[in-house]
Amino acid sequence: MAKKYHVSATVNGDPVEFLCSGQETMLDVLRDRLELTGAKEGCGSGDCGACSVTVDGRLICSCLMLGVEAEGTSIETVEGMADGDQLTPLQRIFLEEEALQCGICTPGVLVAAKALLAKNPDPDETTIRYWLAGNLCRCTGYDKIVRAVQKAAAEMRA
Amino acid sequence: MPNESSFKWVGTRQIRPDGPDKVTGRAKYAADYTMPGMLIGRILRSPHAHARIKSIDTSKAEALAGVKAVVTSADFPELASEMSPNSEMVIDFSDVSNNVMARKKVMYDGHAVAAVAATDAEIAEEALSLIDVVYEVLPHVIDVEEAMAEDAPLLHDGMITEGITPTPTKPSNIAKRVEFRSGDVDKGFAEADVIVERTYKTAAVHQGYIEPHAVLASAAEDGQVQVWVSTQGQFMVRAFCAKVCGLAISQLRVTPAEIGGGFGGKTVVYGEPVAVQLSRKSGKPVRVVMSREEVLRASGPTSGGVVETKVGAKKDGTLVAVDAVLKYQAGAYAGSPIGPGCMCMTAPYEIENVQLIGYDVVSNRPKVAAYRAPGAPISAYAFESALDEVARELNMDPIAIRQKNAVKEGSKTVYGVTFPRIGFEEVLEAAKNSDHFKSPVPEGEGRGLACGFWFNIGGESSAACHLNEDGTVTVISGNPDIGGSRASIALMVAETLGIDYNKVRPIVADTSSIGYNFVTGGSRVTFATGMAAINAAEDVIGQARERAAKIWEIDVDAVTWEDGEARPAGSNAGDHDPMSLADIAKMAPKTGGPINGHGSINAQGAGAGFGCHICDLKVDEGTGHVTVTRYTSIQDVGRAIHPGYVDGQLQGGAAQGIGWAINEEYVYNDDGLLQNAGFLDYRIPVASDLPMIDTVLVEVPNDRHPYGVRGVGEVPIVPPMAAVANAMESATGVRMTSLPMSPPKVLKALEGS
Ligand code: FES
Ligand code: FES
Repeated sequence: MAKKYHVSATVNGDPVEFLCSGQETMLDVLRDRLELTGAKEGCGSGDCGACSVTVDGRLICSCLMLGVEAEGTSIETVEGMADGDQLTPLQRIFLEEEALQCGICTPGVLVAAKALLAKNPDPDETTIRYWLAGNLCRCTGYDKIVRAVQKAAAEMRA
Repeated sequence: MPNESSFKWVGTRQIRPDGPDKVTGRAKYAADYTMPGMLIGRILRSPHAHARIKSIDTSKAEALAGVKAVVTSADFPELASEMSPNSEMVIDFSDVSNNVMARKKVMYDGHAVAAVAATDAEIAEEALSLIDVVYEVLPHVIDVEEAMAEDAPLLHDGMITEGITPTPTKPSNIAKRVEFRSGDVDKGFAEADVIVERTYKTAAVHQGYIEPHAVLASAAEDGQVQVWVSTQGQFMVRAFCAKVCGLAISQLRVTPAEIGGGFGGKTVVYGEPVAVQLSRKSGKPVRVVMSREEVLRASGPTSGGVVETKVGAKKDGTLVAVDAVLKYQAGAYAGSPIGPGCMCMTAPYEIENVQLIGYDVVSNRPKVAAYRAPGAPISAYAFESALDEVARELNMDPIAIRQKNAVKEGSKTVYGVTFPRIGFEEVLEAAKNSDHFKSPVPEGEGRGLACGFWFNIGGESSAACHLNEDGTVTVISGNPDIGGSRASIALMVAETLGIDYNKVRPIVADTSSIGYNFVTGGSRVTFATGMAAINAAEDVIGQARERAAKIWEIDVDAVTWEDGEARPAGSNAGDHDPMSLADIAKMAPKTGGPINGHGSINAQGAGAGFGCHICDLKVDEGTGHVTVTRYTSIQDVGRAIHPGYVDGQLQGGAAQGIGWAINEEYVYNDDGLLQNAGFLDYRIPVASDLPMIDTVLVEVPNDRHPYGVRGVGEVPIVPPMAAVANAMESATGVRMTSLPMSPPKVLKALEGS
C-alpha cells in the first residue's frame, strides 16, 4: 500500500481534508475521494480540458495536478457554480442555447468560460475560441458553445 | 399527417429534460458510478502488431496483495462463428469474443491479453506488470493494399473471401467482395464527353468521443449480473455480454449511464465482458474505465480506404457512367462498412451505368466500429471530388451539375431501392439560394461544395407511456440519449397527448424495465423510438377515451380527443364537460385502474437524408496550414422536432468531417505500433480551428412518420471531406486526393504543382 499524505484544502467554499498517495492526481482526489464527479477524465494528459477546475482562481487541468499540491489552496469545480437552486446565467444560457449534446465536456467548458468572463467580461469570438481551445468538444462543433458564452457575457454585463 | 401550423410543441426549442443535471455536474456517466467494495479493473494489452501467444503466466500477479481476480481468454468460452446485426453493419460473435480478449494470437497493437481486478488502481497497474506473456512475433501488415497482396502476412488462416465464384481455394486477408451494378459501364463511357479517373485515399480516423469507455459490473452469488455502462445500446451490451461470458439473457440487467459521446463507436463491447468476468471471479463489483490511449489503440476507429474512381459525363453535364473499386480496412476482424460505402457513393444521382466493387480487408489494426454514416464519407469524398473535377472540365457550376443529375421521387438506386418522396432537389435549391453561395468568394480564399447521402434506419423499438395520478406523464424508452432524443421524444408525446411539454418526463430505462430496443444508431431514435413513444401515447389516449365514455355512459366512438381532453362528439356533443388527462387520471381507480400505454414496433420507412455543404478556406502557402473561414450545412431533415438539437447535429457532423479532412489520422511505425495514441497527436478540431457553422434546415416531411421525421445525425459527416478538397482546388489549383490534408501533405502538393 502506497504511503498516504494528509491534505487540507477548500473546495467550493467548504473546508475538506483527505488522504491521498503521492501519485494521485487532483482529478482522482476530487472524483474518488471527495465524491465530486463533475470534473471528467477525457485524456489524463492535459489535452481535453474535461477536468478543468480553478485553483486559487487560476484555471487548470486537474489531471495535471497532484492531490498533495492542493494543501492550503481553494478549489472551485462545476458543482460549486450554481447559487443554491439557481443556475448561474452561464449555466442557464448553455441550456437555452443548446450548447451541449452529450454533456461530457460541459463541466470543463463551464468552468473555463466562467474563468474567462471573470477576466474579460466582453470577449470577442476569437478570444472565446482561443480561450476554450483547450476544452475539446466532439459533439457540437463549438458554434453553440461560443454563442452561449457571448450571450451569457452580455447578460452578465447588463 | 397533422397540419404543420397546428403544432404546439413539435418544432419548438424547449429545455432538454436532462439539461440541469448536465450543467451542474450532477449527471451520472459510467465512470462516476461506484459501489461499496468496488474493485478497479485494468487490462494488459499487446505491445506487438501481430504475434502468437506462446504462454501467459499470471501467478505472480495473482499472488500480489490486493489482487482479487485475473482473467485471460481461458476465462471466456470459445465461440463458434455467428453473425449478428450491429448498428448498420454485421458482426461475428466469435470475433467479438476474440477482440475482447485475444485467444492464441494478438492481432494489433493494444489488443487485450489479460485483465486484473484489484483493490485500487495502483495495485492493479502493478499486477499488470507482473503478468508474463511470451510472444512469438509474426510479420504484420497495416496498409490495406499491402494486405490484399498475394504474399501478405495472413491474419486468419481460414479466411476465404466471400462473394467470389468460384470460391477461392487459398486464404487471404480479403474477407469479402461485394458488387453493385446497373446498366453497362462500357457503353456509358463510350457515350461520355469527359472522363475523370482518379484514386482517392482516406486515413483511419477515430470517433473521438471525449468520454472513454467505462463500465461497472456487479455479479451476485446466484448468477445475476448488473451492469452500468457507457453505451449506445444497453440491449446490445446485454446480448454481447451474455454470448461472450456464457450467460443467459435473463441473468443480465444492463443500465445505460449518461453517455459522453459515441458516434457509432459505442455500439460494440470491449471492457464490458471483461468487467463481468472479473466480477464473477472475484465476487465483487468491478469498474473498468479505459484511458485515452486505450481508446485510441483498441476501440473504434472507422476504416481508412482506397477508392479507384472513374466518372464519365456528357457535355451537358449528364452523368453517364461510374466505375469504382473500393478497398476498406476492417481492422483485425472482418466487417468494414464496405456495403454502405458502396450504397451511398452515387446514391444522390441518377446514373444509368454504374459498377461498384468493394473489398472488406483485414490488417493489423484495431477492429473498426461504426462511425456516423459508416462507410459513406470515404466513398463520397471520392465521388464528390471526381464530380467537382468533371464540373470544372465542363465549366459547369457545382450546383447546376448536381441539379442536372439529382435523384427525386421514383429514382432507383444502384442497390435496388426506389426513392419515395425525398428532398435532395429542395436541398440543392436551398444551397443555391443560401447567403453563403450567393456571396462573393473572399480574396485569397477558395470555395468548395459537396453533397452527401445516408439511408437512415428504423428497426425495433419499445416504449411505454404511464399516466401519473395527477395527469402528468412518464415516457419510458430504451435508447441511450446522446444528443437530445429525450427532448424530441417528450415533444412528440406532448404534441400527441395535447399536454404541456413540462408535464412529460422521459426516461431511458434499463434492460429489465422496458422491452427490447435496437441500438442508438443509424439515426433511428427520434424516428423509430419516437414512433413507438407516439404509439404508446396514442394507446393512453385510447384508454382515456374509453374511461370518459364509461363515465359519461356513451359509446367510446362518440368520444374524441382534442387539445388534451376527451370531448363528447356527434349527437352527444355539449352534453358533458370535457375531461382533461388530469381529470381522467384522478378517476382512474374507479374506472378500471392505472392507465399505461405501450408501443412496440419494427419501424420501416426511415426517410433517406441528403445534405449539401459549402466551405470557404484559405491556405497558408508557407506552412501548408488550411483554415476553414466559412461553412454552411444544408440538409433535408424531414421535420425538425427540436430545431436546436437538429442544428447541433448538422454542426457537430460538419466539425468532425472537417477534422477528418484536415487533421485526423492513425500513424503507425514500421513495427505496426500506433504512434499517436493521445489527443495531443491525434488532433481533433478545437474551438480556434473552426468558424461558426451555419445551418439551413430544409423540411420535406417523411410520410412514413406521424410527424415527418427523417434521421438527421449521420448525413452531416458525409460531405465535408470533398467540400474541403473542392475548396482547396479553388484556392490553390491543387487537387488533394489523399486525406488528411495536413500541412506537410499540403506543402508537398503545393510544391509539386
Ligand atoms: S482529463 Fe485533464 S485535460 Fe483531459
Ligand atoms: S457535448 Fe459532447 S463532447 Fe461536448
